[in-house]
Amino acid sequence: MLTLDQLNNGQRGIITELTGDDPVTARLFEMGLLAGEPVEMIGAAPFRDPLAIRVRGTRLAIRRRDARRIVIVATGTASAPLPASRADLAVSAAAQ
Amino acid sequence: MTTAPAAATGTRPLKVAVIGNPNTGKSTLFNALAGLHAHVGNYPGVTVEKKIGHLQWGDRRVELIDLPGTYSLCPRSYDEVVAVNVLLGRQSDVGPLDAVICIADASNLERHLFLLGQILDIGVPTVLVLNMWDTARAHGLAIDVDELSRRIKVPVVTTEAHRRKGIDGIQGAVEQVIATTVPQPPRLFPQAFYDECAALEQQLAQHGARDIPWFLRERMLLDEVGVIERQAVEEVDPQVAFWLAGARRRLTEAGIRLPLMEAEARYRWAREQLHGVVEAPAEPVASWTDRLDRLLTHRACGLLIFAGLMFVVFQAIYTWAGPLMDLCEAGQELLSGTVASVVPPGPLRSLLVDGVIAGVGGVLVFLPQIMLLFLFIALLEDCGYMARGAYMMDRVMATFGLSGKSFLPLMSSFACAIPGIMATRVIENYRDRMVTILVAPLMSCSARLPVYLLLIAAFIPATGYIGGWVSLQGLVLFAMSSIGLLVAIPVAWLLKRYMFPGAPAAFVMELPEYKVPSFRLVTYRVYERGLAFVSRAGTLIFATTLLVWAAGYFPGDHTRHHELEARIEQLEAALPAPATSETDEGGTVDVEAHEPPELAQLREELNLESATLIRESFLGKAGHFIEPVVKPLGWDWRIGVGALASFPAREVIISTLGTIYSLGGDVDEESTSLRDTLKRATWPDGRPIYSIPVALSLMVFFALCAQCAATLMVMRRETNSWRWPLFSFTYMTALAYIGALLTYQIGSRL
Repeated sequence: MLTLDQLNNGQRGIITELTGDDPVTARLFEMGLLAGEPVEMIGAAPFRDPLAIRVRGTRLAIRRRDARRIVIVATGTASAPLPASRADLAVSAAAQ
Repeated sequence: MTTAPAAATGTRPLKVAVIGNPNTGKSTLFNALAGLHAHVGNYPGVTVEKKIGHLQWGDRRVELIDLPGTYSLCPRSYDEVVAVNVLLGRQSDVGPLDAVICIADASNLERHLFLLGQILDIGVPTVLVLNMWDTARAHGLAIDVDELSRRIKVPVVTTEAHRRKGIDGIQGAVEQVIATTVPQPPRLFPQAFYDECAALEQQLAQHGARDIPWFLRERMLLDEVGVIERQAVEEVDPQVAFWLAGARRRLTEAGIRLPLMEAEARYRWAREQLHGVVEAPAEPVASWTDRLDRLLTHRACGLLIFAGLMFVVFQAIYTWAGPLMDLCEAGQELLSGTVASVVPPGPLRSLLVDGVIAGVGGVLVFLPQIMLLFLFIALLEDCGYMARGAYMMDRVMATFGLSGKSFLPLMSSFACAIPGIMATRVIENYRDRMVTILVAPLMSCSARLPVYLLLIAAFIPATGYIGGWVSLQGLVLFAMSSIGLLVAIPVAWLLKRYMFPGAPAAFVMELPEYKVPSFRLVTYRVYERGLAFVSRAGTLIFATTLLVWAAGYFPGDHTRHHELEARIEQLEAALPAPATSETDEGGTVDVEAHEPPELAQLREELNLESATLIRESFLGKAGHFIEPVVKPLGWDWRIGVGALASFPAREVIISTLGTIYSLGGDVDEESTSLRDTLKRATWPDGRPIYSIPVALSLMVFFALCAQCAATLMVMRRETNSWRWPLFSFTYMTALAYIGALLTYQIGSRL
């Protein structure tokens, strides 16, 4: 199972699930980290934590511990185009 | 569920709230609408800042209420509770609301419509403002504003608040939305959820809680262990918790995961509204923010630049504020001189000069530092760098239970804890904010420096190491400046663990686009913070200083003292020349050498008289009273009084010690004579009072003690309770005493 914290810099993925039902997960949901959303790993802070990610056109800093709740499938790097539609997502998710 | 416009006509001012996500330019928009006519205060009982602007739209007065920036109306923090209460018209000191202006970033509408969706559920007349319209267009976005407005049934205005463009459109939109009825909000959630809400309403009504609005009942169900649930449990019936648990269990069994349900429904709604309305380029335009970030948050370069920037900021606070502070002090002296020349020696003059001018001046002298610090904070915040600092420092702060957002407030406290505590407002997590406020006064502030400088110069030998590159005096100064920080780490950890326990909050922080800071907003911030400092801490520290003055002045008989003062002034006035004069050879010669011997004798007598008076005063009596307490620290009653008198402001110890040691009140850390007097001071049996352990114990005491009334007052204001300043005062005084005791007892045995 691939989680968001395992992505390399510049790598992209699609969120498939967020584990946990506590306020931390609720907060991540609110910020739009939902299944089907593309995410991109921008990089890590100088002391390796927190991480900078891009989701819904916003740069967010989140801690590794919280990123481990975010299950994803990798889709490629920033240079590769994002999947155009949700149908593609379903295909790429199923392929994993 | 819809609220009728509360004040469509009449002379009551329109109440309009401004709400939006952080980093949307909300403050800029608020200032563009309200200008400088804003009143800043606190909501009763909470730490949330209440800011109300007064403006005039035609013949209608308008009260513009600035709500804290928030991503969601799920009430988790006090900020969010206040925002929800204001929007629902349940905040009694604000009253019913007429309209809401929801400000959103035009470049990132999908995420911002999440908040709008929640606001629409409340049923207040709403206007959507798409700010940063220029940036959106630069990013290649095309938005069909009319179509969007038609779909969400809310007037939409586009603005560029930093250029004051589009601001005029807001008035018309608000007036329009107040005049029309509020449309039914869309029902986005499954029917099973609404059924549970209706059942909850009945149960609450049976227990006498009929006035809980629909929105809050929804939130009660949605937000597990949320603030609304807790309030209902406390105010309505403890059983509410069981009803809610039952309802949530039934919904979970029906396959509904509550927090996910809300987010999914709202984001789906947002995407549907925007489908075909927003045309975005296939691949987002590569922004220069990403390129800048690669450098500014780089493992090595990022940290180096950060350290360099912090160094420049603090260097600037010390050096740039210097001349301004000198100016304040010069002004203070000039004023004291003027008063002294008009008012004859006596209690009135002492009250004015030693009490009022010295007290108020002692506060005002920090104003330049505070304004400079806030200038830097406002600049760094507005350009977007502050979020990067918090991002880089988060890992370090996490080791003792805080987050990156605490870094800057703590760093600022090295200059002065007052702006540091005020800067904790950026921390939205209540527990993190409280812990940061409570440890901030431990950071070695600039007011401790004079004390260190005096004692180090007097008692620490000027030994050099490594060929003179490292001096023992410098090392001691460094050690004294770090001691508070080192103590703060376990204190923060303990506070977090035992006083503010709880599950760690999610650290989710937006890293906004970099931008050129807005001049108007930055100057406004500096002005606002400066004013808050002067008007509140100023009046309170003034009162405390007066108290210390009175304790040091009464009940002694000052007749002889005032006679001496008057006689000295007469003699001085009779002296022909200024203090120094040019001789023919071009050198200067000290004129005091030519003074009549009577003058020197009178001065001597005055100093002795001052010493007697302070010994006999309430303060001196208190000193003798506490001598048994301070003796284990190696101190005599004079140091005890000095420490006691410096509780309102720690620098006071220098002038107090000066006074006590028969020098009169006018000594400073550069005064060699005070240094020498300290070295000569002895116990009654002839042993010198000051040894290295005594000096160190005194410095450790000052490093750890909460000797600053202004800080405690600001703490009271920021936490809205006397409890926390009292707590800080107690724990820091205890720490200081134990620290000083250990230092002296161990030091004197080595």
